[in-house]
Amino acid sequence: MQDQDLCAAQNRGVRELGAEKLVGWDEVQQGVVINSFDGDATGIVHQKAEERVYSDFNSYTATVASWRVQKPVFNIDVCIDCQNCWVWCPDSSIISRDKQMLGIDYDHCKGCGVCVEVCPTNPKSLLMFTEHTELDAALSGWPEKTKKEEK
Amino acid sequence: MAEKYEIKETEVWDGNYAISQALRQAQVDVVAAYPITPSTPIVENYGNYVANGYIDGEFVMVESEHAAMSGCVGAAAAGGRVATATSSQGFALMVEVLYQASGMRLPIVLTVANRALASPLNVRGDHSDMYLGRDSGWIQLDAFNAEEAYDMTLCAFRIGEHLNVRLPVMVHQDGFLTSHTAQNIHPLSDEEAYRFVGDYKCVDEMLDFTRPVTYGAQTEEDWHFEHKAKQHKALMDSRAIIDEVFAEYGKLTGRTYNRVENYLMEDAEVAIVALGSSVETCRLAAEELRAEGIKAGVVAPRCFRPFPFDAIREALKDVKAIACLDRSSPGGAMGALFNEVSAALYSTQARPMVTNFIYGLGGRDFAVKEAKRIFMEQKAHVDAGHITTSIQQFSGLRGPKLGFFETKRS
Repeated sequence: MQDQDLCAAQNRGVRELGAEKLVGWDEVQQGVVINSFDGDATGIVHQKAEERVYSDFNSYTATVASWRVQKPVFNIDVCIDCQNCWVWCPDSSIISRDKQMLGIDYDHCKGCGVCVEVCPTNPKSLLMFTEHTELDAALSGWPEKTKKEEK
Repeated sequence: MAEKYEIKETEVWDGNYAISQALRQAQVDVVAAYPITPSTPIVENYGNYVANGYIDGEFVMVESEHAAMSGCVGAAAAGGRVATATSSQGFALMVEVLYQASGMRLPIVLTVANRALASPLNVRGDHSDMYLGRDSGWIQLDAFNAEEAYDMTLCAFRIGEHLNVRLPVMVHQDGFLTSHTAQNIHPLSDEEAYRFVGDYKCVDEMLDFTRPVTYGAQTEEDWHFEHKAKQHKALMDSRAIIDEVFAEYGKLTGRTYNRVENYLMEDAEVAIVALGSSVETCRLAAEELRAEGIKAGVVAPRCFRPFPFDAIREALKDVKAIACLDRSSPGGAMGALFNEVSAALYSTQARPMVTNFIYGLGGRDFAVKEAKRIFMEQKAHVDAGHITTSIQQFSGLRGPKLGFFETKRS
């Protein structure tokens, strides 16, 4: 069963969107130009997400979990690490390290279900469940491999 | 390194050619453009300079004006000096992106050869496109002749890129009347022009990999208002910078510009407020009427946005009757100049009589004789002590006389 805070830095998803400190017109950033990181970001492309110092205005530090009605659940016993879900996820919410699929970033996943659609295994390694379903309950009822239909 | 382009002290250039030369001299990094009449020769000439080795920057041909301004926004956000040109329908297609450019505080220079908006389709000069841009958050400078189009283009870079401004700037000239009329022009040398414009100063550039930034963020009701207020303040405060840049350009060239250009206004009793090439027509009319003893003068906003409420009020506070000439179909209201000028004057003690003329739509000719008639009508209001006509009238229109709104004062 996956760790809910998989690969999370301390500041991933720590605030609701719109919970930033509100400031007056004289203090807002000119042109709404937003820093992605705090401090010098030289070489940051070589760091993993959880190693980076994201700014308070980066979506990394906000959670949008409340937007989700259904969530994907990942079953590591079936997964073949093909990376299809990682490629297709529109919100970079599939967490993979060294081509090993680890699970879902539930702070940023919107529950679109694309990962389930593109998963090629039988049974699928990712399935959609209602948001309140416990992970162990979801995994315990995982479907069996479906037989090929007789021609 | 770009080839040296030979220019003489006096050249015979039309407005479009003059602007293309100013763009070359400013050493623009990226021009993304989609040509449209009557601004086509600006980018056509510029493309020629590129092909012949006179330009170091990039020239990007795109598939529409929306794409042209989008390319400009991207290049400006990346950290380059950026310019383009358009007119009319092309301007209309750019509008969405104009607001993006000003909101992101990108000092793009857009040179506009003013042209009517369809329907009916028309390629001639009126101010419909210029007026369409008036709430877009851009600085709008207006050139009344070809040399001014050159001068305003060089000044536009200096003004927009000033670190206290950082706003995009439009340079307007009248389509065909100015864009295609060749006149004597006294350009700066390449060295002088570039020294005046200066090196581009990057702000929050996306190509700074030590500090990655996001452009085009979404802000809802909790942030949007503060950002728009800050942007508006920058636009209002740019007035002082515009004055500074004009003064410096005056020292360099002997051609001194003002946010409001007054002509024969010292003791004027009647005045016309106008924009574009008609300003020179009205000045000729005022001169002729002065010879007949009529105290006529002309007030012309050089800077349409930010609107020079301060200087307009100062120029017109002692005048008795004023005609505001709007070269754009007002769409169910008074013309924009009438509205702005009336607003500027409402807070004066005198509150002079102000009337509105819609004129010259789709390039309809506006001659000295008609300007004189309008002056004389203002004189008639003064003599009668009240406005003797409809407040909004049409000048140079065929058919029965058309007018709207009557005065409540007598």
